[in-house]
Parts: sequence; C-alpha cells; structure tokens
Amino acid sequence: MNDMTLMEKTVDTQKIKIAAKDVNVYYGDSHAIKDVNVEIEDKTVTAFIGPSGCGKSTFLRCLNRMNDTIDICKVKGDILLDGEDIYDKRVDPVQLRAKVGMVFQKPNPFPKSIYDNVAYGPRIHGLAKNKAELDEIVEKSLRRGAIWDEVKDRLDAPGTGLSGGQQQRLCIARAVATEPEVLLMDEPCSALDPIATAQVEELIDELRSRYSVVIVTHSMQQAARVSQKTAFFHLGNLVEFGLTGQIFTNPEDPRTESYITGRIG
Amino acid sequence: MPTIWLVALLLALAAAGFYWGRARALRTAGGDAKDLHSLPSYYGYHVALTSFVPAIAVLAIWLLAQPLFIENRVSGMIPAAAVPENSTLGLVMSDVRRVAEGLDLAVEQGLLTRAEARDLSSGSQDVRALLGEVGVALGNDVRPEVLTAAQAFRNLSNTGKTAMSVVVALLAFGGFAWAYSKTHKDFRARNVVERGVLALLILAASLAILTTVGIVLSMLFETKNFFGLHSWTDFFFGSTWAPNFRGDSELSILPLLWGTLYISFIALLVAVPVGLFAAIYLSEYASNAVRSFAKPLLEILAGIPTIVYGLFALLTVGPALAGLFAKGGLLGVEWMAGATSVLTAGLVMGIMLIPFVSSLSDDIINAVPQAMRDGSLGLGATKSETVRQVVMPAALPGIVGAVLLAASRAIGETMIVVMGAGAIAKFSGNPLESMTTITTRIVSQLTGDTDFASPETLVAFALGLTLFVLTLGLNVLALYIVRKYREQYE
Repeated sequence: MNDMTLMEKTVDTQKIKIAAKDVNVYYGDSHAIKDVNVEIEDKTVTAFIGPSGCGKSTFLRCLNRMNDTIDICKVKGDILLDGEDIYDKRVDPVQLRAKVGMVFQKPNPFPKSIYDNVAYGPRIHGLAKNKAELDEIVEKSLRRGAIWDEVKDRLDAPGTGLSGGQQQRLCIARAVATEPEVLLMDEPCSALDPIATAQVEELIDELRSRYSVVIVTHSMQQAARVSQKTAFFHLGNLVEFGLTGQIFTNPEDPRTESYITGRIG
Repeated sequence: MPTIWLVALLLALAAAGFYWGRARALRTAGGDAKDLHSLPSYYGYHVALTSFVPAIAVLAIWLLAQPLFIENRVSGMIPAAAVPENSTLGLVMSDVRRVAEGLDLAVEQGLLTRAEARDLSSGSQDVRALLGEVGVALGNDVRPEVLTAAQAFRNLSNTGKTAMSVVVALLAFGGFAWAYSKTHKDFRARNVVERGVLALLILAASLAILTTVGIVLSMLFETKNFFGLHSWTDFFFGSTWAPNFRGDSELSILPLLWGTLYISFIALLVAVPVGLFAAIYLSEYASNAVRSFAKPLLEILAGIPTIVYGLFALLTVGPALAGLFAKGGLLGVEWMAGATSVLTAGLVMGIMLIPFVSSLSDDIINAVPQAMRDGSLGLGATKSETVRQVVMPAALPGIVGAVLLAASRAIGETMIVVMGAGAIAKFSGNPLESMTTITTRIVSQLTGDTDFASPETLVAFALGLTLFVLTLGLNVLALYIVRKYREQYE
C-alpha cells in the first residue's frame, strides 16, 4: 500500500469512545507513561506504534485495567469510557473487561475444545439462556473471527491443536463472543507467519464496522495497512497522534519522522 | 598392614600423582601451558585417577569376596561327624569364627605369640579359659576340630590380607607408572578424564538401581520361603490376622490392607483439599511478601520427623477425639474406646501430607503459563473463575500425580500409625475404632525374639513385598499421568 492511497483513506469522524486525560503510570519507581492525552474514536482502528519499551503496551493494558493484576503498577489520571471514569471505585474491573476485550501477543487458547473456548466468556457473563442460544453465539463469534468455515466440523477438537494463525483468530472470536464495545490488540500478529498475518489484518478491518479497535504493533507497515488513526509513543510520552495518512507521510514531530524512516527504534 | 593404611597409601599416591603428572606435562611443554592439549590439572587428574581408581576397586571387591571364599574353604574342612546332634554346620562355623577372633585378640594382647597361636592344640592348654581372659566367652569347651578349623581360618585370612596388600599396591604403582609415562604435551588427558567422570556418574546411577533390585530380590526370596510354609490362599484371601507364635497362625493381609487403605483415605481427605487450597492461595492470590513468608513456613511441616507427628497423635489429637466421642466425652456418646483410632492416625497423617501436596501443586500451578490467566481475566472472568475454569484444568494432570504420590507416602507411613491407630487388625467401617496397617505389622513381626524361619516372621517379607508393589504401582501411575499430559501447553 503506497502513500497515495493512504492519503485517500476515508476517515469519517466518529464519536469519542475512550478519552484519556493526563495519564501517568508507574512501575514501582520507574515512570512508564508520562502525561498521555488521547481520544480514541468509535468504529475506528487506532494503532499505537513506537520503539520497544516506549510504553504502548502498558498504556493499552490501562484501558481495560489489566494492569490491576500487577501489584507494583500504579495508574494516575482519568480514562473515560463513554464519559465514565473506568478507574472509579464503583466500576468493577471484571465487568469493564467484558466491555473492553483483549487479544494478546501470543495466541493463548485455553486447553479446552474450540467450542468451550468461545463459549467461555458468554458462560461467565450469563449471556445465553440455553444451549441453543449459546450455540448461536459461538457460531456468530466464530464467523466474525473469520474462522467458522475452518473449524465448523471439529468444534469439539482442542483449541490448542489449531495452527498459530487459526489460534489467534480463535482468540479474537473468543474476545468478540462477550459482545465487547472496544477490542484491544497487543501485537496480535507478532507470533504469526505472513499469510496468517494477512488473514488477521483483513479480519481487523472487518471488525471496525462494529467495534472500536486499538492495536499495538511493531510493524509500521501493519499500522499503515490497518489503522485510520495512529499514535506514536516514545520513552513514555505520546509524541504525536493523528490520522494515519498524516503521520506516515507528513509527521509534525522530528522524532516521529526519525522513527518511521528507521533512524530510531 | 591394616586396610586403613593401604587406603591412606593409595590417597597419598594419588595426591603425589596429581602434582607429578601436572609438573611432567608442563615440563614436556617447556613450561608453557598453552602448548598442552589439555589444562595442566587434567594431566594431574589423569595420573591420580589411574593410580587410585583400579586399586581401590580391587580392594573393595577383595574385601567383599575374601570372607566368602574363606568361609567356603574352612567349612569344607569340618567333617560331618564333628557337627553335634541338634546343631548345624552354621552354628559350628560361628564357633570357629569366634575362636579365630579370640586367638587374634590373644596375640594382640600378648598372651600368646604368633607361633603359639598357630601351634596351639586343645590338649595342651585350656583354650576356653584362655579366650575367656581376652573377653571372648564360649558356651562349651573348644573341640579339636573347631580349633584346627579356627587356626586354618586365621591362616587363610592372614595370607589373603597379605596378598591383597601386595596386589593393590602393585596395581596402584603400576597405574601410576603407566599414566606418568603416558603424560606428554600431546596426550589427550582431558578426554580421558571426561570419560572417567562419565564412568563415575554411571557407577553412581547403577548403584542406586542395583540396590533397588537387591532389595526386591531379598524380599522375593524370603517371600518364597514364607509361601513354602504358609498357604498363599490364606495370605491373600483369608479374613483373619492372628499370628500365634506356637504355630498354626492365620496370616491374612486383607484386614491389614483394609486398615492401610482406610487410614490413607482419611489422610488424603484431609491433605488434598487443604494442601490444594493452600497452593492456590499461595500461587494465585498471595502477595509476594506473604508468599515469601508463608511458603517456607508450610514447608517446615515437611521437615518434621514422622515420630514427632506420632507424638502429636498420641498426646494431642487422640485424647482430643476421645474427649469428644469416648465415654464421658463432650458429645455424651460412647463411640470410641481409647485414644487410638483410624481417625486419629488419618488426621495427623493428613497434616503431615499437606506440605507435600501443596508444594507439588504449587509448582504445577506456577507452570501454567501466565498467558492463560491473562486470556481469562481479559475476558472479564474473576480470579476464582479463572482458577476454577482455566488454571485448574490445565494443572489437573500434575495435581493428580501429586495426589497419587501423596497416597503412596500415606500407604508406606509407619510411625504415625504405630502411635495413633492402635494394633488391632480387623474389618470395620467405624473410623473411631482402632485398626492397624501393613507397615506396623511388619515392624511387630520382625522385632521380637522369635525364630527367623517361622511363617510368623517371614510373613513380614510377604507384607513388605505387597506394600512395595502397591506403592510402586501408584508411583508409576502418577509419573505416567504427569508425563502424558505435561506437554499440553507450551
């Protein structure tokens, strides 16, 4: 994909789904995220790019409070989902994570059958009244994960027996099954081969019609291919945030330019 | 020369070999260690090992073989007529050994010269009184055949000892000279030493295995003797355990097996839930501070000797249970006769097994990848849902293995049962009654002043072998389960 089409990418302005204001994150003594302000739109793919250790994954994990599971991690500032502070005391992180789904770097299907992997979330949250409804949810999610045709005949087979790309799409289907509003993806293709990567990227583009997707990636090509908005992180700072076409063709900050041209990394 | 001096000589030779070999290697390289094939110390080790290892091996084998050989030769010298009525050759031979030992002592203390000891005859002197003076008391007068045999015995063992010293010293010096002459800067000493190390490791591993085989074989032979004296149908299918030292005992394993399994079952009923929940808490919920403090504390339990648990059963748990269930107890029932019961032993054994289950399960739970937990938490599962539905199923094979290992420990446990469960062999479903187990019966059948060749004693070996097969089976099953399912997640 070249720069010309990048510039022509249609970006309809959507309503703000997540708004982060003055977010600071500390791991013990180290200051991992510094005063980050960002607004993530609904039905849009937002890419976080930046060199290793710049804090993009840490920030992503703040958005569904996965950092709560790390004892030494402290988050300051406001993160609003649909205008509500997710770090408010009244918010249950467990319910939040059902609304803000997550896909991880390495495919991590549970050692259960394909069906049970997808049915895991709906069962926990009581989304299905009976077996028929659950079957329906599983099928719908696997279709949205673009893996239904490959697994429909072996739903009882273990999820760990699939190939890497299939496993990752299964994990996406699993995340979609709880009807989230936002999907967070932490380098979802870094453990996949190019063909599986292409399939997952295609899937991400389809998911945009229903969800707000935030993806962390090390591959600038991938960010350019799948996202409409891009945020560049460097040393814990959000350096630049804007339209993907804008960032990749005409960055404002010299650090962004250095990174996308490969001078820092 | 006493054997200890021989060993000292070998060690000294090895130490000297190390320095000389090293020095010679350096000399051949003109003092520059870089020209050597191996590091200088490898040449030293080569000389030291070559002079020490074959010699010490021969020494060890000689020391084991010589008494057998002499015994064989001397017992051949005793005519059948010299064995009195209602005695055996074995008893006569033990007399011979005692007389030979006494003569050695007499020579050592200066009561006899070497020549006198050799030429002594029972007619010329009161040998019994003489040996009595040096502290070797004999039951009856020394007969001439016994004295001759004893003298031959001394003769042979002296010759053997001298021959052994010569052979071992020759081997050591020969090895030394050979290795020293081979030492040269191009000699591949490192490869030889590496092979030596490998051989040492193989020897250690095979010793452990051979010991196991030896234990099984020794039990197997005695068990065979037992089944020659007692019917196997009674042993395996009878219903009563009633050893009777006047003979005609009923020796069935079933009541003992029942007691063993019942007590082990209660122990696992205590240990598995408590140990597993402790492991889940420690690995999933506890903060680092709590874990670093609680885990060693829990593992201290594993270091307590079982006899101390036995005391705990005898002095604390038993009386406490009796205070509840016995006559005049708090509950006003009369279900328990004394402090010893299946429940007492089972509870205490369960406490003993808690750290065993928890530390094994803890390792297994920690081996479940963090990605599994993240995946579940990321879907909005709570911590306990994650543990129940993702971590536990993934860890289950390992946990089953841990439980089976705990079970085999429970079955083999002795001290707690001796002190907590009582000594009555019977079938009963009441956990407040006294029962007994296979292990405690083995102890009581073997300790005591009874004829070794009677079925009442030999039954211990049959019991032991059954126990061995039982725990071996459990361990194999546990290992099989752990291995089969271990690679499920990578």
